[in-house]
Formats: sequence, structure tokens, C-alpha cells
Amino acid sequence: MKYFEAIGKYFLMIREVFLRPTKWSIMKNLILKEIDDLVFGSLGIMIFISFFVGGVVAIQTALNMDSPLLPKYLVGFATRQSVILEFAPTFTSIIMAGKVGSYITSSIGTMRVTEQIDALEVMGVNALNYLVFPKISAMLLYPFVISISMFLGIFGGWAASVMGGFSTSVEFIDGLQIDFKPFHVFYAFTKTIIFAFILATIPSFHGFYMKGGALEVGKASTTSFVWTSVAIIIINYIITQMLLG
Amino acid sequence: MIVVENLHKSFDGTPVLKGISTTFEKGKTNLIIGQSGSGKTVFLKSLLGLFTPEEGNIIYNGITYSEMDDDQKRELRQQMGMVFQGSALFDSMSVQENVMFPLKMFSKAPLSEMQDRVDFVLNRVKLTDAHHKFPSEISGGMQKRVAIARAIVNKPQYLFCDEPNSGLDPKTAIIIDNLVQEITQEYDITTVINTHDMNSVMEIGEKIVFLKDGHKAWEGSNKEIFRTDNEAVTNFVYSSELFKKVRQMYIEERN
Repeated sequence: MKYFEAIGKYFLMIREVFLRPTKWSIMKNLILKEIDDLVFGSLGIMIFISFFVGGVVAIQTALNMDSPLLPKYLVGFATRQSVILEFAPTFTSIIMAGKVGSYITSSIGTMRVTEQIDALEVMGVNALNYLVFPKISAMLLYPFVISISMFLGIFGGWAASVMGGFSTSVEFIDGLQIDFKPFHVFYAFTKTIIFAFILATIPSFHGFYMKGGALEVGKASTTSFVWTSVAIIIINYIITQMLLG
Repeated sequence: MIVVENLHKSFDGTPVLKGISTTFEKGKTNLIIGQSGSGKTVFLKSLLGLFTPEEGNIIYNGITYSEMDDDQKRELRQQMGMVFQGSALFDSMSVQENVMFPLKMFSKAPLSEMQDRVDFVLNRVKLTDAHHKFPSEISGGMQKRVAIARAIVNKPQYLFCDEPNSGLDPKTAIIIDNLVQEITQEYDITTVINTHDMNSVMEIGEKIVFLKDGHKAWEGSNKEIFRTDNEAVTNFVYSSELFKKVRQMYIEERN
């Protein structure tokens, strides 16, 4: 019952986010600040993880191809499929739930604890629009992060495969081009946009409605990470079934 | 003027406010006092519209809050200034940005005019050299002054303060009290202060509402509080030896 209540409250929050908008002159600066914090602030870790995970995917694929009958270009093919279909959009989003999600929950939660949200409401400001809308807007650039993740994941795979002697550069690139379906990219970016919305709103929900003090801010950050990850995994399954199933 | 009629509020079935009725007059510093857990903060937050009471009315200048539409409520909120217990300054903004925030949000005035108003109110609260500092870089007393400046920058009709002296040394507390009283009289606004600081009660308590267990147990002025026989009030106000002696001296002087 508690969970249904929370889900209902979440959707009411989403509705409120889009009502009574803040003046554009103020909102535009808030959006730019959030783009800097949420999107550009995450690029470093994304670049690092994507490159090395792409490399590991290529090595694992190569090492599991025992039969000499299997063509070497399969390493490139498997790396492309893994990175574009799952690693870049889903795995990356779960990492972002930890990085961006906990940042959102703790920053909004601290504002709740220190009565800054009450101060906004007393002034007649729609606190949800002021705090959450810029985050949703900034996360519209999340597909840009994911496209970088896709590129670097494949590049990491190429580097590991060529430098590790598992395939030649030509074989790997052949594998990348074989049986390429543009719809898979569409599927990946469809997921990404939905995950971006989840990454901005579920942590905001946990921060905005938290009660208590500093300890509860920490607890809310953990809870928000868990629920954001759960939502991403469930929605990933549903979208995959709908678009590819 | 704010009129409160038979206000009831409970949380998870536990009643916190049990039928409070009172009037807060314009141009006066109205104090809400009472022990911790007596319902002061809930009462103040109900006046601010942050809590919705289950029963009763709050009437602002003749208009009942519960009968207002959303636009009227928003308009009313823009006429309210609030000083929170912990100041509630936006820690990502400088002092100047904090004070300018309500103006930027609701005023269509040019930036130069807003800047003049910010300079004026910061000057009024005697903070002339802290414009570019951040809340974490100034003292608690200065933070309170910034909070007062932010609360009055939009020329509100109502000023609410939740424990404005908490965490301050006695001298700074008196400065803040006097500042709030001066501003109340200067701008002829309705000020409601939630406090348990007895110095504030004696200094600026033009109207005092004493809450006990969610009820209004007594109301009067700082002059009347010396003469009252109400046991709940005397037990609370004169719990320290210092205030017992002050009361004794006052009574002897009167006789």
C-alpha cells in the first residue's frame, strides 16, 4: 500500500513540476548550471568506464571464441551489439543513478532539512518547478553522454582487440559493420531518453519529500539509488520486449 | 491584521493545535511563546500556509485563507516575509543574490532598481560590506540579518520569524529583536514571532500568545505578563531566578 501511495505521489509531483513555471530569465541560468553539474560533470567518469568496459567486452568475447571456425570479426560484432544495446544505455544509466542520482537527492534533501524549500514556498515560488524542471531539462542532453559512451566503448573494444592480438583492425571494423541495424540505435536512444527522465525525477522525489536531518539525507540518497536502478531495470525490460521482442 | 479562529491541526491522528483563536495586530510585534512541543512551530507554519488546518480559519486583512483561490494565495504569499530558525539562506548564492532573489522572482523592475533596493535593505539591517560573501562565510547573527533583509525586500505586509534568536549571543539577540521591532513599526506590518527567549518577551512583546499543549493558555502584553496569576505562564516565564527577581522588582516598583 505504501508503495502505491509513493507511486501516486511521484506522478503528482511530476504534474506539479510543469505547473506555474519560474521566470525564463532565472530558469535559463538554472538549466545551464544543471547541464554543467549533471552532464559535463559526469563526462570524466563516463569516458573512463566506457573505454575500459568496451575493452573487457572485446577480450571476453575473444577468449570465449574457442572454435577456429568462428570468424575473428565476431569480436567487433559482439562488442558493437553489447555496447550499443545494453552497456551504453543501461549499464551507464545505473552508474549515473549512483553519481547523478545521489547528488540530486542529497542537494534537494539538504535544502529540505535546512528549510530552504520552505523558504521558496513561503515566497510563493513553485519549489518543484524551480528545483526539478532544470534537472529534467539538463538531462535532455543525456543522449549526448550516451553517444560518447557508445563511441568510447567500441573504441576501447577495438584498442583491446588489436593491441591484445585477438583480431586485426580490419577484422574488428568489418565486425562493426556486419548486419548493422539502425533500429538498434533508435532503440538505444529511446531507452536513454526515458532513463534520463527517471534519473532526474526519482532522485528529486526522494530528496524533495524526505523528512528528518543529515542522517536521513544519507538514507534518502541510498534509497533513491536503489529505486532509480530498479526503475531503470524494469523499464529496460519493458522497452526491450516492446521494441525488439 | 491576522485573525485566527478555532484552529485545529493534527499529525497522524495526534492533535497538535487544539482550537486556537487570537488576533495579531498590524504595526505590533506579536509573540508566540510556549515550551518545546507546545505547537508554536506548527501554529506559525499554519499561518504561513505551509500546513493546512483541519478546522478553523485564518483571516488575512478580512479575507479567509481557505476561501482564497490559487492566485490569491500566491499573491498573499508574495506579501509575506519569513525569517526561519536556521535563516534558510540559499547556500549557493551570495548575500546579495539571496536578498535579490524575491525581487528577481516577482518584480519587473530593472536590475539597477533592484540593486538599489538590495543596497537599501542591507544597509537597513546594518550589513554594508557583506554583499559578495556566501552564507557559510558570515556569522550566525549576520545570517539572521540577511534573512531579515530578504524577508523585507519585497515590502511585505506580514513578517513571520521562527526563533530568530536561537543560537545567538544575548547582545546579538537583542540587536535582532530591536531590528525586527523597528522594521515592524517603520513599515507598519503585522509581525508574528515564534520564540522561547524571555529577553524577547520582555523587550518587544507588545502582544504575547502563550501556547500550552496546543491550547492558547494566555494572551496579553509584556506589561501584563508581570501581573498575571496564570500558573502556566508564571511557571514558564519565571522559571529562572533572574526573571523571578525581575518580576519581584517590577511588582515592588508598582507598589
